[in-house]
Amino acid sequence: MPVDFNFMVGGEAGQGVQSVGFLLAKVFARGGYHVFADQDYESRIRGGHNFFRVRVSDSRVGAIVEAVDVLIALNRDSIELHQTELASDGIAIFDGERIKDTGSDGGLFSVPLEKLAEEKAGGKLMTNTVALGAALELVDYDLEILNTVLVEHFGEGKVADGNIAAAAAGYEYAKTGRKGSVRQLKPVSSTKRMLLTGNEAISLGAIAAGCKFMAAYPMTPASSIMEYMAAKSKDFDLVMVHAEDEIAAVNMAIGAGYAGVRAMTATSGSGFCLMVEGLGLAGITETPVVVIDAQRPGPAVGLPTRTEQGDLQFILHAHHGDFPRAVLAPASVEDAFWITVKAFNWAEKYQLPVIILTDHHLASSYATVDPFDLSKVIIDRGLLFSEKEEEPSEYMRHRVTQSGISPRAFPGLSRALVVTDCDEHDEEGHLTEDAGERTSQVQKRLRKMFSLRQEAVQPQLYGPKKAETTLIGWGSTYGAIHEAVGILQKEGTSVNMLHLNELWPFPAESVADVISKAAYSYVIENNATGQLARLIKAETGRDVSGRILKFDGRPFTPSYLAEAVIKEGC
Amino acid sequence: MVTLSDYAGLQPAWCPGCGNFGILKALNQALVELEIEPHHVLLVSGIGQAGKLPHYTRCNVFNSLHGRPVPSAIGARIANSDLVVIAVSGDGDGYGEGGNHFIHAARRNHDITYLVHNNQVYGLTKGQASPTSDAGFVTKTTPYGAANPVNPVSLAIVSGASFVARGFAGDSEHLASLIKQGITHRGFSLIDILQPCVSFNHRNTYSWYRERVYKLEDESGYDPGDKKAALERAFEWGEKIPIGIIYMKKLPVYEDQILTLRKGPLVTRGITPERVESLLAEFI
Repeated sequence: MPVDFNFMVGGEAGQGVQSVGFLLAKVFARGGYHVFADQDYESRIRGGHNFFRVRVSDSRVGAIVEAVDVLIALNRDSIELHQTELASDGIAIFDGERIKDTGSDGGLFSVPLEKLAEEKAGGKLMTNTVALGAALELVDYDLEILNTVLVEHFGEGKVADGNIAAAAAGYEYAKTGRKGSVRQLKPVSSTKRMLLTGNEAISLGAIAAGCKFMAAYPMTPASSIMEYMAAKSKDFDLVMVHAEDEIAAVNMAIGAGYAGVRAMTATSGSGFCLMVEGLGLAGITETPVVVIDAQRPGPAVGLPTRTEQGDLQFILHAHHGDFPRAVLAPASVEDAFWITVKAFNWAEKYQLPVIILTDHHLASSYATVDPFDLSKVIIDRGLLFSEKEEEPSEYMRHRVTQSGISPRAFPGLSRALVVTDCDEHDEEGHLTEDAGERTSQVQKRLRKMFSLRQEAVQPQLYGPKKAETTLIGWGSTYGAIHEAVGILQKEGTSVNMLHLNELWPFPAESVADVISKAAYSYVIENNATGQLARLIKAETGRDVSGRILKFDGRPFTPSYLAEAVIKEGC
Repeated sequence: MVTLSDYAGLQPAWCPGCGNFGILKALNQALVELEIEPHHVLLVSGIGQAGKLPHYTRCNVFNSLHGRPVPSAIGARIANSDLVVIAVSGDGDGYGEGGNHFIHAARRNHDITYLVHNNQVYGLTKGQASPTSDAGFVTKTTPYGAANPVNPVSLAIVSGASFVARGFAGDSEHLASLIKQGITHRGFSLIDILQPCVSFNHRNTYSWYRERVYKLEDESGYDPGDKKAALERAFEWGEKIPIGIIYMKKLPVYEDQILTLRKGPLVTRGITPERVESLLAEFI
């Protein structure tokens, strides 16, 4: 019987929901399982209600599911809000000595979490780890794996020892307090997989691609990128500047890009609003820069800790005037790594801003992936000026070429002077108002899109080549849509999916072709208006049959999508 | 040997008699006297008449957005620590649009030199009040007179800048000496430059300044390392206006704190993706 098991940890901010969730994910990843985990939290430091879901499977998973097999309820809200989500044989672990009068006791299993933490582990702080130990007993898992992970997580010493004792206490209590486990989840293999979030994958991609400069201003859900980059900066020829605002951040990154290093910034929608003028600066000065927009629901502050794909149309059009840009949207944690490498190559080859559109769901969800094959990371810095081939005194930063790409020189590294201007400029880079120069510079910049279009990868069609219904998605919804297609196929629906992780240049021909072959086509988007559907219409002239949209700040689940598709009459 | 002809740039499009000419002359002179070759210099400017200055000399140029030369300059300085990075603004660009960057660049004490052409009026947009216009200055956008001006010198000092000077475009020899010291100083060096605008500011003219400016170095006993004394001089504006180095102190420099930069300029380091292997292992 295939394994597909779902844990949930619920509690207030400050109760250790995140750390128990992460540890759960980690111990199952270590046991050879595939894991997908997401975090649902409020915009506050203490209190409120947060939960962390950990899905454990023996095959690859890329989405969350609703039914909870084991719930660790660290507070009353977790029972009240999630008891109904328990699977028919699901169990909720809670501390019956602290949470009384729970109403229905369906599936409830009381463990004196706080008492055990105080008596066996030396303090209330370990309450969450007692619950973790109990949860692992319910699935008859190997506690040794947890012990190893705890030592790695906390470092050898008192804290790790306390947590090990706490886990053991919970495990023992559950063993004697209940008859039999819910389900046996024994470690299945010693396959080594990484467990990481979308933001961590982006950070690793950036470092692998040779990003040497980052400037940013903290904003959920992008902040962990700047924190990771800062943490690794000492050992990786990298500088991360915590700037005074997003305007400074993008302009610093552009300054560094002009000076010849790979540079980036990361923010969320309203921070990106402040970066928009910088986008045009990169456009007209032809300076490479990578900008991460980890979307959250807007407008303005919106829902700060939740997810949405509402920035697509904004990102495509942000700034005045015409200039080339590229927009990429990673489909999964693994894709986030490779897309980031591609973003740095494109930014330098085509000397333009590249925006990576991710979102809270991908940014903060954990997934297991095979270790990235670094021998496949190709670095392409594009056309570079060489003193051997050209006289430095004749160098012109914005030389008009057939491809539109002018070789880059870096200031100070040769005698070539590198001149550029956010005013319209001549080939040398000096400001000009000449009509002819203006026309040739605009055309030169736009010509770069021609080569970029040749390099763009066509979106992949998953499932049968021909199907009655095609589902079209972009970015982080890949996992949920992919699984929904599987559900629908099992139910006899003729369905396939087209997923886009490169949005600009837009792969108009392949999208038009797929739409023309399907009787019905639906876009699936985490926004209120169907922004991809509008893009498809604009670029292909075609209408999709319908839009399956969700804009409550929560991610799609496969079953939600399958039901929505069936409701459309497919 | 570096000569003035190495720094011969395009023909300036400034009004005849503009204070900018004195600033351009002083800058070129400073770079020549310091024997810095043009390809080692990066001028990062904003928008306004001051922003055009880099085009009228000869070196690397990043003519940035309005108000943003300082962050662009910081990024370039960190990317290549061998470059002499000088940001150039006007009073609108630097103290209005770019005010936040000014404060924080001073606070973090980045190792760049910042020239602000301060003519107390908007030139390029034709005569509106600027953040440093004298209180009561009536213009098309300030019919009731301008509000109290920003005091850039005191703002730089209290924000943490380690070199704060004021020059006068009408005395380019003196200004050149300030620019030289600003470039040589390690840390954020502000040189606020009194710049007559012959077209739109008929109040703060060459003769108005000449009657008032005096050189701090001519006063025996003035100690630019004394913050209190410096702040007192920063507020002196009326009958007498001090020019020269108002405040100077050796303070920790942002770039010096970054261990990575001690190994040489970032731009000269190679890219080695396989080094990331050790990071991948941390996630297994």
